[in-house]
Amino acid sequence: MSFEWPWQYNFPPFFTLQPNVDTRQKQLAAWCSLALSYCRHHKLYTLDVMEAQESPVFNNKKMERKLSIEAIQVVFEELRKKGEFSSWLDKNKSRCLVMWRRPEEWGKLIHQWVSRGAFPAHAGLSERRGGRKEFHGLEDWMLLRSLQALQTDGKAEIIIMDDGKGVKFF
Amino acid sequence: MDRFSWSNGLLEINETLVIQQRGIRLYDGDDKAKLDSGVALLSTHRLIWRDVKNHECCIAMPLSQIVFFEEQAAGIGKSAKIIIHLHATPANKETGPYQHSKYSFIKLSFKEHGQIEFHRRLTEEMTQKRWESTPASQPIPTATGSQTGRTRAVGIVGIERKIEEKRKETDKNISEAFEDLSKLMVKAKEMVELSRSIANKIKDKQGNITEDETIRFKSYLLSMGIADPVTRETHGSGTHYHMQLAKQLGDMLQVPLEERGGMMALTEVYCLVNRARGMELLSPEDLVNACKVFESLKLPLSGVMVVQLQSHSEEEMISSALDNVSDKGSLTAEEFAKLLGLSVLLSKERLLLAEKMGHLCTDDSVEGLRFYPNLF
Repeated sequence: MSFEWPWQYNFPPFFTLQPNVDTRQKQLAAWCSLALSYCRHHKLYTLDVMEAQESPVFNNKKMERKLSIEAIQVVFEELRKKGEFSSWLDKNKSRCLVMWRRPEEWGKLIHQWVSRGAFPAHAGLSERRGGRKEFHGLEDWMLLRSLQALQTDGKAEIIIMDDGKGVKFF
Repeated sequence: MDRFSWSNGLLEINETLVIQQRGIRLYDGDDKAKLDSGVALLSTHRLIWRDVKNHECCIAMPLSQIVFFEEQAAGIGKSAKIIIHLHATPANKETGPYQHSKYSFIKLSFKEHGQIEFHRRLTEEMTQKRWESTPASQPIPTATGSQTGRTRAVGIVGIERKIEEKRKETDKNISEAFEDLSKLMVKAKEMVELSRSIANKIKDKQGNITEDETIRFKSYLLSMGIADPVTRETHGSGTHYHMQLAKQLGDMLQVPLEERGGMMALTEVYCLVNRARGMELLSPEDLVNACKVFESLKLPLSGVMVVQLQSHSEEEMISSALDNVSDKGSLTAEEFAKLLGLSVLLSKERLLLAEKMGHLCTDDSVEGLRFYPNLF
């Protein structure tokens, strides 16, 4: 399924951070949803801002417009503030995590999957991940956070074993 | 006061006006005369006084009647005066306002100041005694005998006399020109005294400055053209000059404003106005103050000051800007300027204003700044 660009993508001012406050809010909202859906589509979990600037989402080659580094940072900062859809990996805001699906949601998904009985209640982490297309490419940190979320919920327990971590589901 | 005779106030041949001063009240000796508001005219021959309310009421006295005169300084609530001591009434004096007076002196009270200059001129005339050398045509009874007959200006003597008259005329013009200066000096003197007293009071911490003094102070400042610094409003210092000027400017700028799409930067106004005036150029400060009196002064975003036609409301401008931009899809400031016949600076201001209101959005790229309708 090819990615569908929103109308703003072809609107040149979209790539200029708008000075007018109200306009900017609308613009950022559009960017946030575009960024998230793009990442979801391509299963991107981490982003390097410099690299991202060259990716099609922030760089419309046909129009010769691209979002500035600063603006990209603003977008992800906005995502972070709005509901922790993003999180900075460093102080310089050069890399960030993109949680187009929140850990809690992941956790639920995993739990469902386990409940359907595809795996025994005990399993290593890597076993958890491999197999389902849904979890394909799910990076460690995300998996861990999701399981931690489940743990908080009381639906799982992370066990430290000799050769790594394991999970027990309830 | 019985030395005065009724007069038509017209100057005779050979008689020149030296100085005149408004706001003169006459005193018969120490008593206030009914003639309390008029213009005193000093000529080479006479002292004339004309009632300001009733121009028919005009009296005159030959200068030869004057023995000597002195100044009386102003006091609290009292204007400065010149006391003029007079000879006895000549027998052939014509009728005047007073048949008889027990005083042999009169006073001129200078309610609107000007006594310094008047005194100076009177001194001059009394020293030169020009009435003796160039007698006036009408028989004016003088204490030193009468000289009748018209003296015509013929021959070399006539030419000489003409030159003399011209000199007097010039002299008079100059002195009139300096009248204002001497008034200013007087006012300045008062102001200095006032400010000194205020300074002293503040020093001695003797309570507050009286309201009266504050008002006087403010009025001095205002009349000198300094807008009242304590209560400065953004709309006008209110001096008479600026209001007049504002009216003039309003009329003058109507057409140019329409030609330029209803808006002109203040610098453009300055150039236009002064070019048109030729002489008596406006200072930038005067222009600004006069413009503040306009109600339609607009201050767009960046602090550029502009004069705007009253017909151009803000919304109108913005909606028309929006239409223009929508028509063409997008516009840069330069394109917009060309479209409307505005200067680039002003067109940019207008577009930025529309953006501020949220009707337009900007596209900033290497190509420049472009304005789009706000589709967000």
